[in-house]
Amino acid sequence: MNFDFSEDQKYLAGEARKFLEAESAIPVVREVLNDDDKAYSEGLWKKIAEMGWLGTAVPEEQGGLGLGMLEMCVLAEEMGRVLAPVPFSSTAYFLTEAVKLAGSDEVKNDILPRVVAGEIIGCYAASEGPGHPDPANLKTTFDGSTVSGTKIPVTDGGIATHAVVLAKEGSGASLVLVDLSGAGVTRKTLSTLDPTRGHAELTFDKTPGVRLGAAGDGASLNDQLMDKVAVLLAFEQLGGASRALEMAKEYALERYAFGRPIAGNQAIKHKLAEMYVKNEVARSNCFYGAWALSTDAPEMPEAAAAARVAASEAFWFASKENIQTHGGMGFTWEVDCHLYYRRAKLLAVQAGGPKVWKEKLVRALEQKNAA
Amino acid sequence: MDFNDTPEEAAFRKEARAFLEKHLKPKGSERASRDRANMLEKAKAWQKTKAENKFAQITWPKEWGGRGGTAMQNVIWGQEESKFDAPTGPFAIGLGMCVPTVIAFGSDEHKERYVQKALMGEEIWCQLFSEPSAGSDVAGLKTRAVKDGDDWVINGQKVWTSGAHYSDYGILLVRTDPKVPKHKGLTMFIVDMKQPGVEVRPIHQASGGREFNEVYFTDVRIPDKDRLGDVGAGWKVALVTLMNERLAVGGSPGPDWAEIMEYARDHGSLSDQAFREKLADWYVAAQGYKLTKFRTQTALSRGQTPGPENSIGKIITANHLQDICNSAIEMQDHFGIINETDRMPGDAIFQQSFMWAPGLRIAGGTDEILKNIIAERVLGLPQDVRVDKDKPFDELKSG
Ligand SMILES: Cc1cc2nc3c(=O)[nH]c(=O)nc-3n(C[C@H](O)[C@H](O)[C@H](O)COP(=O)(O)OP(=O)(O)OC[C@H]3O[C@@H](n4cnc5c(N)ncnc54)[C@H](O)[C@@H]3O)c2cc1C
Repeated sequence: MNFDFSEDQKYLAGEARKFLEAESAIPVVREVLNDDDKAYSEGLWKKIAEMGWLGTAVPEEQGGLGLGMLEMCVLAEEMGRVLAPVPFSSTAYFLTEAVKLAGSDEVKNDILPRVVAGEIIGCYAASEGPGHPDPANLKTTFDGSTVSGTKIPVTDGGIATHAVVLAKEGSGASLVLVDLSGAGVTRKTLSTLDPTRGHAELTFDKTPGVRLGAAGDGASLNDQLMDKVAVLLAFEQLGGASRALEMAKEYALERYAFGRPIAGNQAIKHKLAEMYVKNEVARSNCFYGAWALSTDAPEMPEAAAAARVAASEAFWFASKENIQTHGGMGFTWEVDCHLYYRRAKLLAVQAGGPKVWKEKLVRALEQKNAA
Repeated sequence: MDFNDTPEEAAFRKEARAFLEKHLKPKGSERASRDRANMLEKAKAWQKTKAENKFAQITWPKEWGGRGGTAMQNVIWGQEESKFDAPTGPFAIGLGMCVPTVIAFGSDEHKERYVQKALMGEEIWCQLFSEPSAGSDVAGLKTRAVKDGDDWVINGQKVWTSGAHYSDYGILLVRTDPKVPKHKGLTMFIVDMKQPGVEVRPIHQASGGREFNEVYFTDVRIPDKDRLGDVGAGWKVALVTLMNERLAVGGSPGPDWAEIMEYARDHGSLSDQAFREKLADWYVAAQGYKLTKFRTQTALSRGQTPGPENSIGKIITANHLQDICNSAIEMQDHFGIINETDRMPGDAIFQQSFMWAPGLRIAGGTDEILKNIIAERVLGLPQDVRVDKDKPFDELKSG
């Protein structure tokens, strides 16, 4: 039994942390936060591409490093810790995994090398309004060659070069790859709870697109894609939650009230202990999800859902109680607590909120039970 | 036990409702109502209208411009006013906490000078207690007042002062003697916020707004006659303010169970079992708190003083606000993170309140401090170990 990352993967984590702490310290996040016209850090994005991270889980045939999904999980956690303000998840999880999952050889050979080279920024466009998008009731349509409809919100939609669009085709749904330089694309910037990640409304009017997989397979492909993405996002959430706990701990030890550090109060100790418990529950579930992801295990649906549910809860709790631990300081713009609070909510509702994943989890368990 | 209005109460409710209908729009009826621009002017105008019609400060005596009404009338007024778009924010601290402290400890001259003007909405007050190293532990504050002839000279810094940037006066808690244990060396003053030496610097909040401030005092002179209570008795005076604070801030503004229920109904989530269970929890706690307030008011109307039980209010409402907004955002899924008032249901009220909720769990006493108060003062459990109680203030650690 070795339920842990390998030495090599831990080394990667350490190197990634060093790099990100140097290159993506909070000032980089704040540059994006404070500039309404900035949807990401171009400088950091370029460096990440140069490091080859975008090719981590891309096969060597397509110019990638051909490492595995475990390495992606390691990187995701580190990106989550520093709130990296780059379209990494949109490109390396959503777009890359969609293409790997269902793209034709031609599409793979066209897209993946350009992803690795940093020429492509991806985005995933499913949401069309309040509530989780139901493949059966989509308003955006695909007619076999073009897409029409409006997607809102699309994370990184303002800067992406390519979108993976969930659209209705006939009586089913399809996943469609759309080159955003094509005809009929309109983008509108949105203001959201997490201004450190750009968001847009994308409208397509007969925009050319290429189907990923067979017509009508969209719902099931989308489910498979979401399972993969869920594990990676869960690692980002875990990274954020761990950092939030560290921040709370550091502050609680430094801050005095009633003549002693606030960390000495049982209320604060219990709060931090509860963060820790939730984080460890999340970490273990994330590891299991990583294992399932890297081995294409049949347990993938429940492993992904459990990772996602646990990590969403851990990050939410840690981010809100981190503010609370910081008292009035925590409620200022200058202190970083709110950046984690904002990101916690974005990551929790992107690709399906906790309710969606709890339902998926129970459904997976029911199916297993019936089998 | 009777929750129905008596005939007199029903008559008052009718009168109040008619007055409100004449002057205000029902809550949420107009998008512009949540617009923050001109908030101050609107609030001043509304306060004046209320005062002129004897609906401001229902329980205050008539001689100070109040209505001289009963505690129950006050409850009824609160219930009715909350159904309308009443711009009361800038006055909550002054009329809820500061001016009552002036009434309790001020001289006749003070009452004459300040009470009526505050009530008419002409002057706004702020509360200058917290400091960089004294928030929960307010009595650990360091701002110094030194006697010089008939004046006191103030030097130091306050922080988190809500509304200081538009306030005319403040109640100011300072240290007049650092050689005695911390609670014994404090004194309370009235301070003119517009005088030289008072510098207000807005703080950018996590929510994005700038509603609270740092306030710096450099050789600010306050005449001894503007002292509230005895020299060294400031803590006793502050406790009266803080008790009123807990009454005043109990009901957090923002969407409640009813609002999210309506939202869920419109968006098909009301049939969801998990949501129904949460809704039930929110309702039960909110209702429990509301009824607890009735019990408090009953005690008040019998001439008893409200106890620290009111501390439950803020714990419940602030946490529920955060929880309700979180649920509403999750209900909207990815769409829920959009923060644009004209694109979102309910003017993005859930998103805006989501960013305010953390502040409400801290302002006016944190959850943890309020729970300590309940444990120690209501339940009589032993006090936390106190390393600072009997030591002279200038020998204490802070950070
Ligand atoms: C929006 C907002 C508006 C405000 N407006 C005003 C105002 O108008 N005037 C004014 O004077 N102040 C105001 N405040 C200040 C507010 O009262 C303080 O922020 C609050 O009391 C907490 O103090 P602190 O920020 O110093 O946190 P700290 O006291 O440093 O607390 C940090 C953490 O330690 C915990 N803690 C501290 N002591 C204990 C203990 N003994 N047991 C358990 N846990 C403990 C706290 O609960 C908190 O989680 C405002 C604050 C906010 C957020």
